[in-house]
Amino acid sequence: MKSPFAISTPVFTRPMLLMFVVLGTFPLWGTSVGLYNYLGVEIIIWIIYALGFNLLLGYTGLPSFGHGAYFGIGAYAYSLCQLNVFESVWAGILLGAFAGGVAAGLAACFLSHRRGIYFALMTIAFGQVFWFIAIKWHTLTGGEDGLLNVYRGTLSLGPVDVSLKSNEALFYFAFAVLVVITLLLWRIVHSPYGKALQAIRMSEMRAGFVGYNVWLMKWSVFTLSGVIAGLAGSIFAIAQESAYPDVMSLHASGFIVMMTLIGGGFVSFWGPVIGAIIFFVARDFLGSLTETWLLWYGLMFMAVMLFKPEGIAGVWQDFMKKQKAKSAATPTSQTPKNSVAGE
Amino acid sequence: MAFFEAKHLQKRFGDQVVLEDITLSFEAGQLSGIMGPNGAGKSTCFNVLTGQYKPDGGTVHFDGQDITGLPPRKISGMGIARSFQIMTLFDEFSAIDNIMIALRNTVTRAFNPLYDLPGDTTTMDRAADVLAKVGLKGRELEQAINLPYGERRALEIGVALASEPRLLFLDEPTQGLGVDGTARLADLILELKETYSIVIIEHDMKFLFRLADKISVIHWGQVITEGSPEDLRANEWVQASQLGEVA
Repeated sequence: MKSPFAISTPVFTRPMLLMFVVLGTFPLWGTSVGLYNYLGVEIIIWIIYALGFNLLLGYTGLPSFGHGAYFGIGAYAYSLCQLNVFESVWAGILLGAFAGGVAAGLAACFLSHRRGIYFALMTIAFGQVFWFIAIKWHTLTGGEDGLLNVYRGTLSLGPVDVSLKSNEALFYFAFAVLVVITLLLWRIVHSPYGKALQAIRMSEMRAGFVGYNVWLMKWSVFTLSGVIAGLAGSIFAIAQESAYPDVMSLHASGFIVMMTLIGGGFVSFWGPVIGAIIFFVARDFLGSLTETWLLWYGLMFMAVMLFKPEGIAGVWQDFMKKQKAKSAATPTSQTPKNSVAGE
Repeated sequence: MAFFEAKHLQKRFGDQVVLEDITLSFEAGQLSGIMGPNGAGKSTCFNVLTGQYKPDGGTVHFDGQDITGLPPRKISGMGIARSFQIMTLFDEFSAIDNIMIALRNTVTRAFNPLYDLPGDTTTMDRAADVLAKVGLKGRELEQAINLPYGERRALEIGVALASEPRLLFLDEPTQGLGVDGTARLADLILELKETYSIVIIEHDMKFLFRLADKISVIHWGQVITEGSPEDLRANEWVQASQLGEVA
């Protein structure tokens, strides 16, 4: 007999397909509502970055305030590969992801036995160290100017080569990467690993006593999110045709935290997606009205944290719960609140 | 050698000696109790035995193997589980997920991303069985934080049971329970006693005297006496202290 409590994890879900359809068709409708393809590229890059970041923040409850470092290192690795080694998009992004992972893995060796405020402070320290290296190591990174004239390159797909020169082509490439990353992360968070990460968030001590190697789990999740940040960073380098230290700074690292929180990364897998979209739409929309758009964005962030710390996804979940309670004759108090999986 | 044996354990925090010289042994198939007044070092002793603290001296052996100073996850892997005095549940998980995440089967597959944990019938059935064992049948989908206090206490034990321990440590399981709750918990522990070797630290002497086969009394960081409940009732020191009165 099938256990009444076993619910298999679907490979695709409705919110996932919705995201794929809406974002995947962006070049078809984006321009007609006044948006542009490059914005789509940026949004996709930051969604990838934010999804990986949320594995750390939302799932494991580990606040990293220096994550821009791994994003930036990915961008540098990609650019260095194109400029000095050989021009291959695939090699570049693999190297970018690898470099992000190595740097994050290195930092995680010193972070993984920490928690709470000490963990947070250490992530800032490491972020600053990497950022400082990027600024000062002129011969490798080009200092504050960064590495310029990185070719957009050609993507070889077996028999065909696709030029990434146009933003549209780059968009579809980034979107394909996003699809892969989404499916991968969705699988991971529903595996024992993902569940154990959440268990660590709720009680690190108990997770250890139950038998989990908490140190290794924290190390590996930090490294994994560094890999994804590095991957996103290398696509960013393609988009920007350059790599520069600005994205590694403390305030750039703060953006990813804000996106993840506004969207509702603590209560939903899709929180970071919503957050990244809101950030860029706000930047363009508010930015067209006022130069001080960040002030307004910051105030919005504060309002969300004060009144609905679960973010936009939290508002949506409350709304759906109310709808469900209305439609059901008997209130369904038995419905479990799914901690973070957010279907 | 006994099933579980600690010899000459010492533990200091700074210049404060909490465990002076503790020698304890627990037999398989028995329920052993540890009692003692507040500040006697019971909890520290428990934390040293289960790996939360490393002892400054002495040895701990479990089933013939030296486990002195091993981290909790290793000790857990060898078949020792514990519950906590201050409830330590995975609050946002449902009751059944609290058990599911603690099952040995899940822990050993922690790094297998292809395993669909929530969809595994065998795992979920096993988790439901453990919940039923601690009297939480029908509460599977309730979020842990929303369970009433007594049921949270039961779930606390359930999480420990999930790892299929050979030796179960319970840290003040009656903490905060009323008379009814304590009576129900005693029944549950009597049932568990059939299958598990158990060690309990307890404040509630009546509770412990009813359940235990053997009780060790800790005071001033030492084991001052041990024996069956009957022995202890006859013991001069226990009679002289308040501990005897309640018993």
